[in-house]
Amino acid sequence: VYVVNKAGGLIYQLEHCAPRADTEKTFSFPLDLVLRVHDERVVVAFGQRDGIRVGHAVLAINGAEVNGRLTADGKDVLEFLSNPANYPVSIRFGRHRLSSNEKLMLASMFHSLFAIGSQLSPEVGSSGIEMLETDTFKLHCFQTLTGIKFMVLADPRQAGIDALLRKIYEIYSDYALKNPFYSLEMPIRCELFDQNLKLALEVAEKAGPFGPGS
Amino acid sequence: SRELLVLTYGALVAQLCKDYEKDEDVNTCLDRMGYGIGVRLIDDFLARSAVRKCHSYSETADVIAQVAFKMYLGVTPSVSCSSAAGNEFSLILDKNPLVDFVEELPAERASLCYCNLLCGVIRGALEMVHLAAEVTFLQDRLKGDPVTEIGITFLRKAEDRKHKRN
Repeated sequence: VYVVNKAGGLIYQLEHCAPRADTEKTFSFPLDLVLRVHDERVVVAFGQRDGIRVGHAVLAINGAEVNGRLTADGKDVLEFLSNPANYPVSIRFGRHRLSSNEKLMLASMFHSLFAIGSQLSPEVGSSGIEMLETDTFKLHCFQTLTGIKFMVLADPRQAGIDALLRKIYEIYSDYALKNPFYSLEMPIRCELFDQNLKLALEVAEKAGPFGPGS
Repeated sequence: SRELLVLTYGALVAQLCKDYEKDEDVNTCLDRMGYGIGVRLIDDFLARSAVRKCHSYSETADVIAQVAFKMYLGVTPSVSCSSAAGNEFSLILDKNPLVDFVEELPAERASLCYCNLLCGVIRGALEMVHLAAEVTFLQDRLKGDPVTEIGITFLRKAEDRKHKRN
């Protein structure tokens, strides 16, 4: 769930999904996975096997978390792994989690895309991007009359997201806006908002692919 | 619990009268507080009432009177358009719950707008949906007028479909 304010800044985000599966394996020289550096991270380019997929990043080596392309002690990961003396080595792979800066950037980008979408519309009075569909997820967006956008990324089969978006709007107006110490357009740091949002998400998830009430 | 709201409001106004000597200061203070409430209340109103976007000032005035006032104060003022240009409206309240326990204004507070908070609320809420407006009391039963009348003047044309709006 992402909430974007009028200016395009991300004011809230919540990842409410099953914990991503990381895979840790012990390898001996030579490594049969092809690794390369992408975006300051070391990712698997080829050699998918045993739960390690292309695109997974190296998360930790021998238990110590990796820092971008350097190991915990500051050595370059690819150099470390090309040295047979360091083997056998245990490497943990997994999908890289977006950092908050990346999320901020992506939210602002979506805000701009939303604006472009409304302008490109051949009809006057377009409501902007309501849904973005891919084969692995659907992104639903709801913009209120006051300019706040609520975005939900969900499984493509999940139904009832529209109702969920309206519910999130209600929860926002209840627990964030009515909190006298919350300033508008600022990041939302309200416990009650978090709790109620998680409850609403759980209800929506339990309802499953057939939507609530059926 | 409506009584509690009315009593709280009364206590608020009384305290402001003690704090400020001039009526204008009290009025300004009430308006400012109302504005702060309005900018937040609008999202609550939109979330609960699911009204669609209004396409004209008269639609907006109708929605304020028939849906918003009913939802929050339990009264439905009647709307009338008071200008040829179509941007000035009056909401006429027969019953104003906020003044249930007030008989009349004390002599030294003759120009106090007791319910100025309401004006601020309407102004703040409209501003959040990009409609600038001036909201004032045109008639006030507490001052001896027959009814209480709130005047809303929309200041400029609602923004055309800009990219920030849906």
